[in-house]
Amino acid sequence: MNIKILGTGCPNCQKLEANTNQALEELKVKGKIEKITDIGEIMNYGVMGLPGLVVDDEVKVSGRIPATEEIKTILSGHK
Amino acid sequence: MLQQFADWLTYNIFGLVEKTKTADVINFFLYDSLKIILLLLVITHFMSLLRYYLPIEKLRDFLASHKFFGLDYFLATVFGAITPFCSCSSIPLFIGFVEAGIPLGVTFAFLITSPLVNEVAVAMFVGLFGWKITAIYVTAGILIGMIGGAILGKLKMEKYVEDYVWKIKMKDGAKKREREKFSWKVIKSISKEAVETTKKITLYVLIGVGVGALIHGYVPEGFFEEYITKENPLAVPLAVILAVPLYSNASGVIPIIQSLVAKGVPLGTALAFMMATVGLSLPEALILKRVMKLRLLLTFFGVVSLGMILIGYGFNWIF
Repeated sequence: MNIKILGTGCPNCQKLEANTNQALEELKVKGKIEKITDIGEIMNYGVMGLPGLVVDDEVKVSGRIPATEEIKTILSGHK
Repeated sequence: MLQQFADWLTYNIFGLVEKTKTADVINFFLYDSLKIILLLLVITHFMSLLRYYLPIEKLRDFLASHKFFGLDYFLATVFGAITPFCSCSSIPLFIGFVEAGIPLGVTFAFLITSPLVNEVAVAMFVGLFGWKITAIYVTAGILIGMIGGAILGKLKMEKYVEDYVWKIKMKDGAKKREREKFSWKVIKSISKEAVETTKKITLYVLIGVGVGALIHGYVPEGFFEEYITKENPLAVPLAVILAVPLYSNASGVIPIIQSLVAKGVPLGTALAFMMATVGLSLPEALILKRVMKLRLLLTFFGVVSLGMILIGYGFNWIF
């Protein structure tokens, strides 16, 4: 599973990363989290509200910080 | 009821004597912070739900596909008001709007109103100033965005947008995303998000209300009237100019502003100061510099400052 976090490094993006890490841990899934900070690349995903969560090149969440529970649901749908 | 709870805490639990300064300050602090945090919880729940089903990408497409002859300025500011403003989003928002063919003026209308009017500011205003002033404040925030955006649009500044912005092409990844039907699960997720948002700003609220409570308790009535009068024509522009380099979020500033108003600072002057602190700032300028050439950035700040000064005069004139 390839997980990307879109964000320019603001506190919200860090919070999303932390939540995602926790979700991975609780699910006991190995996944690589990649941080996308380049604005051109972020726009390539069609996302305008940051942070964004992308799983296997599919935008799952943007413009808000989903709770760990929600990320777990998203990730388990992708196994 | 909240007042009774705050009274009970102050006089029964903390055992403070009624009518003493300390008791008044503590009572004021407890009542105001409780009221604001409750309001924040209610309003963030509502707004999180709204945003779950109406994400910014959808709003943008609506704006891009409907040309309304001026109404789009109004819609852009309303969308700006319901979108949470995180300065890290201002770049993708700007590029996304421009890329969709939305005129620069309409894009600016959105960018101006977004930090000024948001759920946090509204909750704090309702709690501290009441509904009437909140409504006037929201109207002012929308007007500033519409007029500022219209002026910036008329100035034909397109060539001062950084060139690479025009070249970026977006895919519609975020639009295709499925949204779950309204259900218990969605409510739970949204509720968690709303509580999280409230938690994040609670500290600022407490500090702001704390400083406000101290001012309420210890600064004499009408103290500022001697120094900052409505008659002084320089007070409003000075308040705006001093506030631009300052950076703060609405949650910390509004309680302090309210206590200053209670002690005699004219409402318009105080609001102009607050709007400039929240809406214009150096960090924001540095971020926007990445998509705008200096001339556009300066014009943007200039037009918005002017708008805030006018709003300040307006409020002083009404109240």
